[in-house]
Amino acid sequence: MPASELAATATLRKDTWWLEPLLIVLGLGGFVVYTTWAALQGAHYEYQNYLSPFYSPTLTPSWWPWSPAILILWGPAGFRLTCYYYRKAYYRSFWWSPPACAVRDAHGAYTGETGFPLILQNIHRYFFYVATAFLIFLWYDAIYAFIFDGRFGIGLGSIIMVVNVALLSMYSFSCHSCRHLCGGCLDKFSSSPLRYRLWRMVTTQNESHMLWAWLSLVSVALTDVYIRLLSMGIIRDARFF
Amino acid sequence: MPDAIMRVWRGDATGGAFKEYRVPTDEGMVVLDVIHKIQATQANDLAVRWNCKAGKCGSCSAEVNGRPRLMCMTRMNLFPAGEPITVAPMKTFPLIRDLVTDVAFNFGVAKTVPAFKPGRSEADGTFRMMQQDIDRGQEFHKCIECFLCQNVCHVIRDHPENMPAFAGPRFFVRLAALEMHPMDTDSRAEYLRLKAGLAFCNITKCCTEVCPEHIHITDNAIIPLKERVVSEYYDPVAWLLRKLVGK
Ligand code: SF4
Ligand code: SF4
Ligand code: FES
Ligand code: FES
Repeated sequence: MPASELAATATLRKDTWWLEPLLIVLGLGGFVVYTTWAALQGAHYEYQNYLSPFYSPTLTPSWWPWSPAILILWGPAGFRLTCYYYRKAYYRSFWWSPPACAVRDAHGAYTGETGFPLILQNIHRYFFYVATAFLIFLWYDAIYAFIFDGRFGIGLGSIIMVVNVALLSMYSFSCHSCRHLCGGCLDKFSSSPLRYRLWRMVTTQNESHMLWAWLSLVSVALTDVYIRLLSMGIIRDARFF
Repeated sequence: MPDAIMRVWRGDATGGAFKEYRVPTDEGMVVLDVIHKIQATQANDLAVRWNCKAGKCGSCSAEVNGRPRLMCMTRMNLFPAGEPITVAPMKTFPLIRDLVTDVAFNFGVAKTVPAFKPGRSEADGTFRMMQQDIDRGQEFHKCIECFLCQNVCHVIRDHPENMPAFAGPRFFVRLAALEMHPMDTDSRAEYLRLKAGLAFCNITKCCTEVCPEHIHITDNAIIPLKERVVSEYYDPVAWLLRKLVGK
Protein backbone atom coordinates (compact mmCIF):
# COMPACT_ATOMS: atom_id res chain seq x y z
CA MET A 1 0.00 0.00 0.00
CA PRO A 2 1.22 3.55 -0.59
CA ALA A 3 2.61 5.32 2.49
CA SER A 4 -0.18 7.87 2.11
CA GLU A 5 -2.60 5.09 2.96
CA LEU A 6 -0.81 4.47 6.24
CA ALA A 7 -1.13 8.19 6.93
CA ALA A 8 -4.82 8.05 6.03
CA THR A 9 -5.63 5.32 8.54
CA ALA A 10 -7.91 6.83 11.18
CA THR A 11 -6.25 4.86 13.94
CA LEU A 12 -4.30 1.69 14.59
CA ARG A 13 -5.44 1.59 18.21
CA LYS A 14 -7.04 -1.64 19.31
CA ASP A 15 -8.16 -0.68 22.79
CA THR A 16 -11.57 0.72 23.76
CA TRP A 17 -10.61 4.35 23.07
CA TRP A 18 -14.25 5.19 22.32
CA LEU A 19 -15.43 4.36 25.83
CA GLU A 20 -14.23 7.57 27.49
CA PRO A 21 -15.85 9.93 24.95
CA LEU A 22 -19.03 7.88 25.15
CA LEU A 23 -19.21 8.13 28.95
CA ILE A 24 -18.53 11.87 28.78
CA VAL A 25 -21.27 12.41 26.21
CA LEU A 26 -23.69 10.53 28.46
CA GLY A 27 -22.56 12.31 31.63
CA LEU A 28 -22.30 15.85 30.34
CA GLY A 29 -25.22 15.45 27.96
CA GLY A 30 -27.42 14.12 30.77
CA PHE A 31 -26.43 17.03 33.00
CA VAL A 32 -27.18 19.64 30.33
CA VAL A 33 -30.57 18.10 29.57
CA TYR A 34 -31.54 17.91 33.24
CA THR A 35 -30.29 21.43 34.06
CA THR A 36 -32.11 22.96 31.13
CA TRP A 37 -35.31 21.23 32.14
CA ALA A 38 -34.90 22.20 35.82
CA ALA A 39 -34.04 25.80 34.99
CA LEU A 40 -37.06 26.19 32.72
CA GLN A 41 -39.49 24.87 35.33
CA GLY A 42 -39.43 27.99 37.50
CA ALA A 43 -41.15 25.95 40.23
CA HIS A 44 -40.27 23.53 43.07
CA TYR A 45 -36.86 25.08 43.62
CA GLU A 46 -37.26 25.85 47.28
CA TYR A 47 -38.48 23.98 50.30
CA GLN A 48 -38.68 25.70 53.69
CA ASN A 49 -35.11 26.95 54.30
CA TYR A 50 -33.59 25.05 51.35
CA LEU A 51 -32.95 26.71 48.01
CA SER A 52 -31.82 24.93 44.83
CA PRO A 53 -28.36 26.07 43.64
CA PHE A 54 -29.80 26.58 40.15
CA TYR A 55 -31.94 29.39 41.56
CA SER A 56 -29.47 31.16 43.83
CA PRO A 57 -29.51 34.13 44.07
CA THR A 58 -33.21 34.25 43.19
CA LEU A 59 -33.92 37.32 41.12
CA THR A 60 -37.61 37.85 40.42
CA PRO A 61 -38.09 41.24 38.75
CA SER A 62 -41.76 41.89 37.91
CA TRP A 63 -41.01 42.45 34.21
CA TRP A 64 -39.42 39.00 33.80
CA PRO A 65 -42.00 36.49 32.59
CA TRP A 66 -39.82 33.35 32.64
CA SER A 67 -38.03 31.20 35.19
CA PRO A 68 -35.70 33.22 37.47
CA ALA A 69 -32.94 30.63 36.88
CA ILE A 70 -32.47 31.91 33.33
CA LEU A 71 -31.43 35.32 34.70
CA ILE A 72 -28.47 33.89 36.60
CA LEU A 73 -27.44 30.57 35.11
CA TRP A 74 -25.28 32.21 32.41
CA GLY A 75 -22.70 32.77 35.19
CA PRO A 76 -21.99 29.20 36.29
CA ALA A 77 -22.74 27.91 32.79
CA GLY A 78 -20.15 30.27 31.28
CA PHE A 79 -17.65 29.26 33.94
CA ARG A 80 -18.00 25.57 33.09
CA LEU A 81 -18.22 26.14 29.36
CA THR A 82 -14.90 28.02 29.27
CA CYS A 83 -13.20 25.80 31.90
CA TYR A 84 -9.98 24.25 30.61
CA TYR A 85 -11.05 20.79 31.74
CA TYR A 86 -14.52 20.91 30.18
CA ARG A 87 -13.04 22.30 27.00
CA LYS A 88 -10.90 19.19 26.77
CA ALA A 89 -13.92 17.02 27.54
CA TYR A 90 -16.27 18.47 24.94
CA TYR A 91 -13.70 19.10 22.22
CA ARG A 92 -12.87 15.43 22.45
CA SER A 93 -16.23 13.83 23.07
CA PHE A 94 -18.74 16.05 21.33
CA TRP A 95 -16.62 17.65 18.62
CA TRP A 96 -14.24 14.73 18.03
CA SER A 97 -11.27 16.99 17.68
CA PRO A 98 -9.71 14.54 18.39
CA PRO A 99 -12.01 11.85 19.87
CA ALA A 100 -8.99 10.19 21.53
CA CYS A 101 -5.23 10.35 21.21
CA ALA A 102 -3.85 9.07 17.91
CA VAL A 103 -7.39 8.75 16.57
CA ARG A 104 -8.06 11.01 13.62
CA ASP A 105 -9.74 14.37 14.13
CA ALA A 106 -13.20 14.21 12.59
CA HIS A 107 -12.86 17.57 10.84
CA GLY A 108 -11.20 18.46 7.57
CA ALA A 109 -9.95 21.87 8.63
CA TYR A 110 -8.81 23.00 12.05
CA THR A 111 -8.05 26.41 13.57
CA GLY A 112 -8.33 25.57 17.28
CA GLU A 113 -8.98 28.58 19.46
CA THR A 114 -7.37 31.07 17.09
CA GLY A 115 -10.54 32.70 15.75
CA PHE A 116 -14.13 33.61 16.55
CA PRO A 117 -15.98 32.13 18.41
CA LEU A 118 -13.47 29.94 20.25
CA ILE A 119 -11.11 32.85 20.87
CA LEU A 120 -13.72 33.91 23.44
CA GLN A 121 -12.54 31.05 25.67
CA ASN A 122 -9.91 33.56 26.77
CA ILE A 123 -12.45 35.30 29.02
CA HIS A 124 -12.44 32.34 31.37
CA ARG A 125 -10.85 34.31 34.23
CA TYR A 126 -13.78 36.73 34.21
CA PHE A 127 -16.15 33.85 34.67
CA PHE A 128 -13.95 32.78 37.55
CA TYR A 129 -14.64 36.14 39.22
CA VAL A 130 -18.36 35.73 38.56
CA ALA A 131 -18.36 32.17 39.92
CA THR A 132 -16.62 33.34 43.07
CA ALA A 133 -19.39 35.90 43.62
CA PHE A 134 -21.95 33.10 43.18
CA LEU A 135 -20.14 31.06 45.81
CA ILE A 136 -20.83 33.76 48.38
CA PHE A 137 -24.57 33.37 47.80
CA LEU A 138 -24.34 29.59 47.84
CA TRP A 139 -22.45 29.57 51.15
CA TYR A 140 -25.11 31.88 52.57
CA ASP A 141 -27.81 29.45 51.38
CA ALA A 142 -25.93 26.49 52.85
CA ILE A 143 -25.66 28.14 56.25
CA TYR A 144 -29.30 29.19 56.08
CA ALA A 145 -30.15 25.53 55.47
CA PHE A 146 -29.25 24.89 59.12
CA ILE A 147 -31.79 27.38 60.46
CA PHE A 148 -35.27 25.91 60.81
CA ASP A 149 -37.89 28.45 61.95
CA GLY A 150 -35.23 30.58 63.63
CA ARG A 151 -33.60 27.62 65.42
CA PHE A 152 -30.49 25.62 64.59
CA GLY A 153 -31.15 22.20 63.15
CA ILE A 154 -29.66 19.61 60.82
CA GLY A 155 -31.61 17.95 58.07
CA LEU A 156 -30.35 15.71 55.28
CA GLY A 157 -30.94 18.71 53.02
CA SER A 158 -28.63 20.89 55.15
CA ILE A 159 -25.85 18.33 54.77
CA ILE A 160 -26.43 17.94 51.05
CA MET A 161 -26.31 21.71 50.57
CA VAL A 162 -23.11 22.21 52.54
CA VAL A 163 -21.36 19.29 50.80
CA ASN A 164 -22.45 20.72 47.47
CA VAL A 165 -21.09 24.20 48.14
CA ALA A 166 -17.85 22.70 49.49
CA LEU A 167 -17.41 20.74 46.26
CA LEU A 168 -18.26 23.81 44.18
CA SER A 169 -15.66 25.78 46.11
CA MET A 170 -13.03 23.11 45.48
CA TYR A 171 -13.90 23.22 41.80
CA SER A 172 -13.60 27.02 41.65
CA PHE A 173 -10.41 27.31 43.64
CA SER A 174 -8.64 24.56 41.73
CA CYS A 175 -9.25 26.50 38.50
CA HIS A 176 -6.30 27.15 36.19
CA SER A 177 -7.08 30.86 35.97
CA CYS A 178 -7.20 31.04 39.76
CA ARG A 179 -3.83 29.28 39.84
CA HIS A 180 -2.40 31.86 37.46
CA LEU A 181 -3.84 34.83 39.36
CA CYS A 182 -2.70 33.51 42.74
CA GLY A 183 0.94 33.22 41.73
CA GLY A 184 1.41 31.37 38.43
CA CYS A 185 1.96 34.70 36.70
CA LEU A 186 5.11 35.35 38.75
CA ASP A 187 8.60 34.38 37.60
CA LYS A 188 10.29 34.91 40.94
CA PHE A 189 8.37 33.24 43.75
CA SER A 190 11.00 34.15 46.35
CA SER A 191 9.97 37.81 46.11
CA SER A 192 6.33 37.01 46.99
CA PRO A 193 6.30 34.27 49.64
CA LEU A 194 2.59 34.60 50.41
CA ARG A 195 1.51 34.32 46.81
CA TYR A 196 3.93 31.41 46.41
CA ARG A 197 2.22 29.56 49.25
CA LEU A 198 -1.16 30.31 47.77
CA TRP A 199 -0.01 29.08 44.36
CA ARG A 200 1.27 25.87 45.91
CA MET A 201 -2.06 25.28 47.64
CA VAL A 202 -4.04 25.90 44.46
CA THR A 203 -1.58 23.75 42.48
CA THR A 204 -2.19 20.75 44.75
CA GLN A 205 -5.92 20.98 44.11
CA ASN A 206 -5.46 21.90 40.47
CA GLU A 207 -4.02 18.43 39.90
CA SER A 208 -7.46 17.09 40.81
CA HIS A 209 -9.42 19.73 38.92
CA MET A 210 -11.13 17.13 36.74
CA LEU A 211 -12.28 15.24 39.82
CA TRP A 212 -13.69 18.41 41.41
CA ALA A 213 -15.35 19.28 38.12
CA TRP A 214 -17.25 15.98 38.06
CA LEU A 215 -18.03 15.75 41.76
CA SER A 216 -19.43 19.27 41.84
CA LEU A 217 -21.39 18.70 38.64
CA VAL A 218 -23.06 15.65 40.15
CA SER A 219 -23.61 17.30 43.53
CA VAL A 220 -25.21 20.42 42.11
CA ALA A 221 -27.69 18.35 40.11
CA LEU A 222 -28.44 16.02 43.06
CA THR A 223 -29.03 18.99 45.37
CA ASP A 224 -31.60 20.33 42.95
CA VAL A 225 -33.21 16.90 42.61
CA TYR A 226 -33.44 16.51 46.40
CA ILE A 227 -35.04 19.92 46.97
CA ARG A 228 -37.36 19.43 44.00
CA LEU A 229 -38.59 16.09 45.36
CA LEU A 230 -39.14 17.64 48.81
CA SER A 231 -41.01 20.57 47.32
CA MET A 232 -43.20 18.28 45.21
CA GLY A 233 -44.04 16.27 48.30
CA ILE A 234 -42.61 13.05 46.87
CA ILE A 235 -40.10 12.54 49.71
CA ARG A 236 -39.71 13.92 53.24
CA ASP A 237 -36.60 15.53 54.67
CA ALA A 238 -34.73 13.46 57.24
CA ARG A 239 -34.10 15.59 60.34
CA PHE A 240 -31.19 14.61 62.56
CA PHE A 241 -31.32 17.47 64.99
CA MET B 1 6.14 -18.48 25.93
CA PRO B 2 4.29 -18.36 22.60
CA ASP B 3 6.01 -16.58 19.71
CA ALA B 4 5.25 -12.90 19.39
CA ILE B 5 3.39 -12.00 16.21
CA MET B 6 4.78 -8.65 15.09
CA ARG B 7 3.21 -6.65 12.27
CA VAL B 8 5.93 -4.18 11.37
CA TRP B 9 5.61 -1.42 8.80
CA ARG B 10 8.09 -1.97 5.97
CA GLY B 11 8.49 0.61 3.27
CA ASP B 12 9.39 4.18 2.44
CA ALA B 13 7.66 7.34 1.27
CA THR B 14 6.67 5.71 -2.02
CA GLY B 15 4.88 2.77 -0.44
CA GLY B 16 5.03 -0.26 1.77
CA ALA B 17 2.99 -2.65 3.88
CA PHE B 18 2.75 -4.23 7.30
CA LYS B 19 4.83 -7.39 7.28
CA GLU B 20 4.24 -10.14 9.78
CA TYR B 21 7.13 -11.71 11.72
CA ARG B 22 6.93 -14.48 14.30
CA VAL B 23 9.58 -14.06 16.95
CA PRO B 24 10.42 -16.25 19.96
CA THR B 25 10.51 -14.04 23.04
CA ASP B 26 12.01 -14.23 26.50
CA GLU B 27 10.90 -12.95 29.86
CA GLY B 28 11.33 -9.19 30.32
CA MET B 29 11.68 -8.25 26.65
CA VAL B 30 10.66 -4.86 25.39
CA VAL B 31 9.34 -4.08 21.91
CA LEU B 32 12.73 -2.74 20.80
CA ASP B 33 14.36 -6.08 21.75
CA VAL B 34 11.93 -7.90 19.50
CA ILE B 35 12.52 -5.45 16.66
CA HIS B 36 16.26 -6.03 17.08
CA LYS B 37 15.69 -9.76 16.99
CA ILE B 38 13.78 -9.44 13.72
CA GLN B 39 16.63 -7.32 12.38
CA ALA B 40 19.21 -9.89 13.46
CA THR B 41 17.43 -13.02 12.30
CA GLN B 42 14.80 -12.28 9.66
CA ALA B 43 15.17 -8.82 8.12
CA ASN B 44 18.70 -7.42 8.25
CA ASP B 45 17.65 -4.33 6.35
CA LEU B 46 14.91 -3.29 8.79
CA ALA B 47 15.50 0.39 9.59
CA VAL B 48 15.02 1.46 13.20
CA ARG B 49 16.48 4.41 15.12
CA TRP B 50 17.67 3.80 18.65
CA ASN B 51 20.51 4.65 20.94
CA CYS B 52 20.29 4.21 24.69
CA LYS B 53 17.72 1.47 25.26
CA ALA B 54 17.03 3.21 28.56
CA GLY B 55 14.29 5.70 27.73
CA LYS B 56 16.68 8.62 27.80
CA CYS B 57 17.84 9.44 24.30
CA GLY B 58 14.39 9.81 22.76
CA SER B 59 15.34 8.02 19.52
CA CYS B 60 13.10 4.95 19.42
CA SER B 61 9.69 6.66 19.16
CA ALA B 62 7.11 4.68 17.22
CA GLU B 63 3.44 3.71 17.34
CA VAL B 64 2.81 0.37 18.98
CA ASN B 65 -0.74 -0.91 18.51
CA GLY B 66 -1.57 2.62 17.44
CA ARG B 67 -0.21 4.29 20.58
CA PRO B 68 2.80 6.59 20.41
CA ARG B 69 5.49 5.08 22.64
CA LEU B 70 9.21 4.60 23.18
CA MET B 71 9.87 1.06 21.92
CA CYS B 72 12.62 0.55 24.49
CA MET B 73 10.25 1.33 27.37
CA THR B 74 7.33 -0.78 26.17
CA ARG B 75 7.33 -4.20 27.72
CA MET B 76 6.04 -7.10 25.68
CA ASN B 77 3.95 -8.38 28.60
CA LEU B 78 1.77 -5.30 28.22
CA PHE B 79 0.09 -7.07 25.31
CA PRO B 80 -2.02 -10.23 25.38
CA ALA B 81 0.20 -13.17 24.45
CA GLY B 82 -0.31 -14.58 20.99
CA GLU B 83 -2.13 -11.55 19.57
CA PRO B 84 -0.53 -9.57 16.75
CA ILE B 85 1.25 -6.35 17.75
CA THR B 86 1.44 -3.54 15.22
CA VAL B 87 4.57 -1.41 15.06
CA ALA B 88 4.33 1.66 12.82
CA PRO B 89 6.51 4.73 12.35
CA MET B 90 5.43 8.09 13.79
CA LYS B 91 2.66 9.35 11.57
CA THR B 92 3.23 13.10 11.70
CA PHE B 93 6.73 13.23 10.25
CA PRO B 94 7.87 12.32 6.74
CA LEU B 95 8.77 8.66 6.45
CA ILE B 96 12.37 7.83 5.57
CA ARG B 97 12.20 4.07 5.76
CA ASP B 98 10.45 1.40 7.85
CA LEU B 99 10.29 2.78 11.41
CA VAL B 100 12.50 5.81 10.80
CA THR B 101 11.00 9.25 10.20
CA ASP B 102 12.53 12.63 9.45
CA VAL B 103 11.99 14.81 12.53
CA ALA B 104 13.73 17.88 11.09
CA PHE B 105 10.51 19.90 11.48
CA ASN B 106 11.30 20.08 15.19
CA PHE B 107 14.83 21.32 14.68
CA GLY B 108 13.42 24.06 12.48
CA VAL B 109 11.03 25.18 15.21
CA ALA B 110 13.82 25.07 17.82
CA LYS B 111 15.76 27.67 15.84
CA THR B 112 12.90 30.18 16.07
CA VAL B 113 12.45 30.04 19.86
CA PRO B 114 13.67 33.33 21.38
CA ALA B 115 16.72 32.38 23.45
CA PHE B 116 17.32 32.88 27.17
CA LYS B 117 17.98 36.55 27.86
CA PRO B 118 19.47 36.99 31.31
CA GLY B 119 19.25 40.25 33.23
CA ARG B 120 22.25 41.91 34.82
CA SER B 121 24.37 39.67 36.97
CA GLU B 122 25.25 40.62 40.54
CA ALA B 123 28.34 42.65 41.42
CA ASP B 124 30.49 39.54 41.71
CA GLY B 125 29.46 38.46 38.23
CA THR B 126 27.22 35.59 39.32
CA PHE B 127 23.48 34.91 39.42
CA ARG B 128 21.78 33.80 42.61
CA MET B 129 18.50 31.97 42.42
CA MET B 130 16.33 30.63 45.21
CA GLN B 131 15.30 26.99 45.15
CA GLN B 132 11.57 27.82 44.92
CA ASP B 133 12.27 29.97 41.85
CA ILE B 134 13.70 27.11 39.85
CA ASP B 135 11.66 24.17 41.16
CA ARG B 136 8.88 24.75 38.66
CA GLY B 137 11.27 24.60 35.71
CA GLN B 138 12.87 21.28 36.69
CA GLU B 139 9.97 19.34 35.28
CA PHE B 140 10.41 20.97 31.88
CA HIS B 141 14.10 20.11 31.78
CA LYS B 142 13.28 16.41 31.89
CA CYS B 143 12.29 16.50 28.21
CA ILE B 144 14.28 13.96 26.17
CA GLU B 145 13.09 15.29 22.79
CA CYS B 146 11.48 12.05 21.72
CA PHE B 147 8.89 14.16 19.86
CA LEU B 148 6.10 11.76 20.73
CA CYS B 149 4.07 14.76 21.88
CA GLN B 150 4.65 16.53 18.58
CA ASN B 151 3.66 13.34 16.79
CA VAL B 152 0.40 12.81 18.66
CA CYS B 153 -0.75 16.43 18.56
CA HIS B 154 -3.77 16.49 16.27
CA VAL B 155 -3.07 20.12 15.31
CA ILE B 156 -0.34 18.91 12.97
CA ARG B 157 -0.91 15.14 12.93
CA ASP B 158 -4.28 15.47 11.23
CA HIS B 159 -3.78 18.94 9.76
CA PRO B 160 -0.23 19.16 8.37
CA GLU B 161 -1.13 22.50 6.79
CA ASN B 162 -0.82 24.00 10.30
CA MET B 163 2.86 23.03 10.60
CA PRO B 164 4.29 26.41 9.56
CA ALA B 165 2.14 28.19 12.12
CA PHE B 166 2.48 25.85 15.12
CA ALA B 167 5.45 25.14 17.37
CA GLY B 168 3.93 22.15 19.16
CA PRO B 169 3.88 20.87 22.74
CA ARG B 170 7.60 20.08 23.03
CA PHE B 171 8.34 23.73 22.33
CA PHE B 172 5.63 24.98 24.64
CA VAL B 173 7.51 23.07 27.33
CA ARG B 174 10.72 24.82 26.30
CA LEU B 175 8.98 28.20 26.17
CA ALA B 176 7.42 27.70 29.59
CA ALA B 177 10.88 26.95 31.02
CA LEU B 178 12.17 30.20 29.54
CA GLU B 179 9.16 32.34 30.39
CA MET B 180 9.08 31.20 34.02
CA HIS B 181 12.83 31.47 34.51
CA PRO B 182 13.58 33.89 37.35
CA MET B 183 16.55 35.45 35.52
CA ASP B 184 15.04 35.74 32.07
CA THR B 185 14.04 39.23 30.96
CA ASP B 186 12.44 38.53 27.59
CA SER B 187 8.69 38.33 26.98
CA ARG B 188 7.63 35.69 24.50
CA ALA B 189 3.90 36.46 24.60
CA GLU B 190 3.91 37.87 21.09
CA TYR B 191 5.95 34.96 19.76
CA LEU B 192 3.58 32.54 21.48
CA ARG B 193 0.51 34.16 20.02
CA LEU B 194 1.65 35.00 16.52
CA LYS B 195 4.46 32.59 15.63
CA ALA B 196 4.10 29.56 17.91
CA GLY B 197 0.34 29.33 17.39
CA LEU B 198 -0.44 28.61 21.04
CA ALA B 199 -4.14 29.17 20.35
CA PHE B 200 -4.19 26.22 17.94
CA CYS B 201 -3.88 23.97 20.97
CA ASN B 202 -7.31 23.04 22.26
CA ILE B 203 -5.87 21.55 25.48
CA THR B 204 -7.09 18.05 24.69
CA LYS B 205 -4.02 16.71 26.51
CA CYS B 206 -2.77 13.97 24.17
CA CYS B 207 0.76 15.34 24.50
CA THR B 208 0.53 14.83 28.27
CA GLU B 209 -0.88 11.33 27.76
CA VAL B 210 2.08 10.13 25.69
CA CYS B 211 5.02 11.93 27.32
CA PRO B 212 7.41 9.22 28.55
CA GLU B 213 8.91 11.67 31.04
CA HIS B 214 5.45 12.30 32.51
CA ILE B 215 5.78 16.05 32.06
CA HIS B 216 2.40 17.68 32.72
CA ILE B 217 2.72 19.45 29.40
CA THR B 218 -0.82 20.78 29.19
CA ASP B 219 -1.43 21.70 32.85
CA ASN B 220 1.99 23.06 33.73
CA ALA B 221 3.29 24.49 30.47
CA ILE B 222 0.54 25.15 27.94
CA ILE B 223 -2.28 26.42 30.17
CA PRO B 224 0.00 28.72 32.22
CA LEU B 225 1.33 30.10 28.93
CA LYS B 226 -2.21 30.59 27.65
CA GLU B 227 -3.00 32.49 30.85
CA ARG B 228 0.04 34.70 30.33
CA VAL B 229 -1.08 35.45 26.77
CA VAL B 230 -4.55 36.30 28.12
CA SER B 231 -3.01 38.82 30.55
CA GLU B 232 -1.06 40.39 27.72
CA TYR B 233 -3.75 40.52 25.05
CA TYR B 234 -7.23 39.65 26.24
CA ASP B 235 -7.62 41.03 29.74
CA PRO B 236 -8.74 44.68 29.85
CA VAL B 237 -8.16 44.97 33.60
CA ALA B 238 -4.59 43.64 33.36
CA TRP B 239 -4.04 46.03 30.46
CA LEU B 240 -5.32 48.98 32.49
CA LEU B 241 -3.19 48.00 35.46
CA ARG B 242 -0.12 47.83 33.24
CA LYS B 243 -0.91 51.31 31.91
CA LEU B 244 -1.34 52.69 35.43
CA VAL B 245 1.68 51.01 36.98
CA GLY B 246 3.61 51.62 33.79
CA LYS B 247 4.99 48.09 33.41
S1 SF4 C 1 -2.95 19.55 24.46
FE1 SF4 C 1 -2.56 20.98 22.80
S2 SF4 C 1 -0.42 20.73 22.27
FE2 SF4 C 1 -1.02 18.96 23.52
S3 SF4 C 1 -1.58 17.41 21.99
FE3 SF4 C 1 -3.45 18.49 22.56
S4 SF4 C 1 -3.69 20.14 21.08
FE4 SF4 C 1 -1.57 19.40 20.92
S1 SF4 D 1 7.80 16.82 26.24
FE1 SF4 D 1 7.75 14.62 26.68
S2 SF4 D 1 6.83 13.74 24.83
FE2 SF4 D 1 7.47 15.79 24.29
S3 SF4 D 1 9.49 15.55 23.41
FE3 SF4 D 1 9.77 15.98 25.59
S4 SF4 D 1 9.86 13.99 26.59
FE4 SF4 D 1 9.05 13.66 24.53
S1 FES E 1 -12.81 26.19 36.17
FE1 FES E 1 -11.76 24.64 35.13
S2 FES E 1 -9.99 25.70 34.56
FE2 FES E 1 -11.08 27.29 35.50
S1 FES F 1 16.53 3.91 22.65
FE1 FES F 1 16.86 5.75 23.77
S2 FES F 1 14.84 6.23 24.35
FE2 FES F 1 14.57 4.31 23.44
